Amino acid sequence: MNLDFSFFTLNIISNFIIKGLLFSIKLTLVTLVCGLIIGTMIAMMRLSKFKILNYPALGYVVLIRSLPFVMVILWVFILIPLVIGKSIGSENSAYITYIVFESAFYSEIMRSGIQSVKKEQMQAGYAVGLTYFQSMRYIILPQAFRNMLPVILTQTIVLFQDTSLVYAIGAYDLLKGFEIVSKNFNRPVEAYLIAAVVYFIICFSLSYGVKLTQRKVQIAK
Amino acid sequence: MIEFKNVSKWYGNFQVLNNCTFSIQKGDVVVICGPSGSGKSTLVKTINALESIQQGEIIVDGIKLNDPQTNLPQLRARVGMVFQNFELFPHLNVIENLTLAQIKVLGRSKDQAITYGLKYLERVGLLSQKDKFPGQLSGGQQQRVAIARALSMDPIIMLFDEPTSALDPEMVGEVLDVIVKLAKEGMTMCVITHEMSFAKNLSKRVIFMDEGKIVEDCSKDKFFGNPDLLSARAKEFLSKILRNN
Amino acid sequence: MHYTFNWSFFFKSIGGKETYLTWLVTAWEWTLTISFFGFLVAFILGAIVGIFRTTNNKYLVTFGNIWTEIFRNIPLLVQIFLWYHVIPHFIPIINKAPRIVLVVMAIGLFTSSRVSENFKSGIQSLSIAQKHAGLALGLNTLQLYWYALLPQAIRIIIPTLTSEAMNIIKNSSVAFAISIAELTMFAMQAQEETARGIEIYLVVSVLYFISAFAVNLISQFIEHKIKIPNQTFVKQ
Repeated sequence: MNLDFSFFTLNIISNFIIKGLLFSIKLTLVTLVCGLIIGTMIAMMRLSKFKILNYPALGYVVLIRSLPFVMVILWVFILIPLVIGKSIGSENSAYITYIVFESAFYSEIMRSGIQSVKKEQMQAGYAVGLTYFQSMRYIILPQAFRNMLPVILTQTIVLFQDTSLVYAIGAYDLLKGFEIVSKNFNRPVEAYLIAAVVYFIICFSLSYGVKLTQRKVQIAK
Repeated sequence: MIEFKNVSKWYGNFQVLNNCTFSIQKGDVVVICGPSGSGKSTLVKTINALESIQQGEIIVDGIKLNDPQTNLPQLRARVGMVFQNFELFPHLNVIENLTLAQIKVLGRSKDQAITYGLKYLERVGLLSQKDKFPGQLSGGQQQRVAIARALSMDPIIMLFDEPTSALDPEMVGEVLDVIVKLAKEGMTMCVITHEMSFAKNLSKRVIFMDEGKIVEDCSKDKFFGNPDLLSARAKEFLSKILRNN
Repeated sequence: MHYTFNWSFFFKSIGGKETYLTWLVTAWEWTLTISFFGFLVAFILGAIVGIFRTTNNKYLVTFGNIWTEIFRNIPLLVQIFLWYHVIPHFIPIINKAPRIVLVVMAIGLFTSSRVSENFKSGIQSLSIAQKHAGLALGLNTLQLYWYALLPQAIRIIIPTLTSEAMNIIKNSSVAFAISIAELTMFAMQAQEETARGIEIYLVVSVLYFISAFAVNLISQFIEHKIKIPNQTFVKQ
């Protein structure tokens, strides 16, 4: 029953934990930005009336969503060296995987976001002489993004939690930091307990923030 | 049989019931009317404790409602209630809707419950619909089933909360007929309605509510026959509603 | 990019009569077993907690909210490590349990927070008047939920429950972290031993796909079975 947290000094935190935390945050932010951009493009493809755009986008989303995240991580990890002929390391492989994976999820969110904007809005855009892309860029997407903001943020919290899955290819993230500390000091109980608390505090405060934004969005409507 | 003594209720700072006192005797048929938001629906729902009260006392058939000892389910089983939107259980067919509470609350056997259920279903003229689901019936039929459901519990009083206001006009009649028939048979009841001709036909007594207060509690003859004796609010309400009819 | 497929290694022995193929089949069974029991735990606990959160009792509501926040805001992988490293320290008997029980509990509790959200919103989407109708007939709280509210709520949330069940199959892959020989663990180990990653990942991915598809079929069957004629459960 006796727990001993004394090994967990500031020194340990800055040496092992911060490095992992920074990678997890960077992975989350890079994936958020790139995933949203690519996801929006996929969403537009899926809503296109041209089958040649529509079907590949649909196939991509269905394929990615039917695979476990860990399998996608493994896939990218062996496919990249095969395609470009050399290994790029697990951190870089993680960036690619997470963008590939999350784009599919963000695309679904953006798709329902675009659909949540009334059809007449697009026609109103055409009516004042805007092109398809201009109407999308200046009229539809800003509304879609705003309607979906809470969902996008919630998905991003899930994404932050999922960064722990880079464990499968040994990249150095927040969880890896705690694992190393646990092994170095042979204190797995304390190390994983702290890990859980840290993840909880981060994710709980983020989701509390999302709730506040949600309220604001609702008021703005 | 039912007694309200100085009953008050608040939603936050908003007072929905303001010092309401009245009583209903066995065999009484009371119509409650008033503008929307006047608290009449809340008042009726306090009779079977679907709405709680903060002040005063309600006694139903000798049982104090705000006594924590009171077994509310047992009491509610004896007070029949018919809702504005019928509120049949959509996942149960008609006969299951009628027998559920008889079996689970009154402890009747399944056969007994079905016998009772069919008897009342016949009285509302819907015996042939017994195996249908609520979604397959018209609004008027659903409301008649809801009345039969309440009657199968052998209630000592029936509460009607705007029983026809959610119905298409051509279905109002069939439901009103059932209610009038019940009243003639001596059922004690309390009816919220905006159908004034129905109200005249149905009851001897009218309660008029406004802003949570019972403004008038008088005979129907006084209410409809002598508008000059009524309060200004009741007069205004009457003239508005009669003009619309 | 040039790659020559070679599938023959699947029939190579890995000791005795066992081949990579038989190992694969066992691994699939593990995945399905974890998923099945994980969903069972998630469904039961999620339903109870979700119901708690719709009651008028503030202790039950608070308990349900805390439960949901805890299991939703810690990554599944970390929760698996909690069950493996931390909880046995406080409850020593857990040490005796097979590792698969730990994974089932971790996945079950993690998913129960999401299932509880589904139940909560399913029940809350029913109109307050339905609740009143049940109470007015004299049903007590348990009867009200069991006979009137839950049968309606469950029909509303079947689609979201289905996607949770499919998520569980995918999430069971995280069991590799404590070396349970399910599909993902098989993929990693067989890839290392044979260097035929593409073939192995392909087969494993297809099996995940089939499993999820089967769940979808089962759910459609159930949805069809309990469908009520002419009924949409819309709040009035």
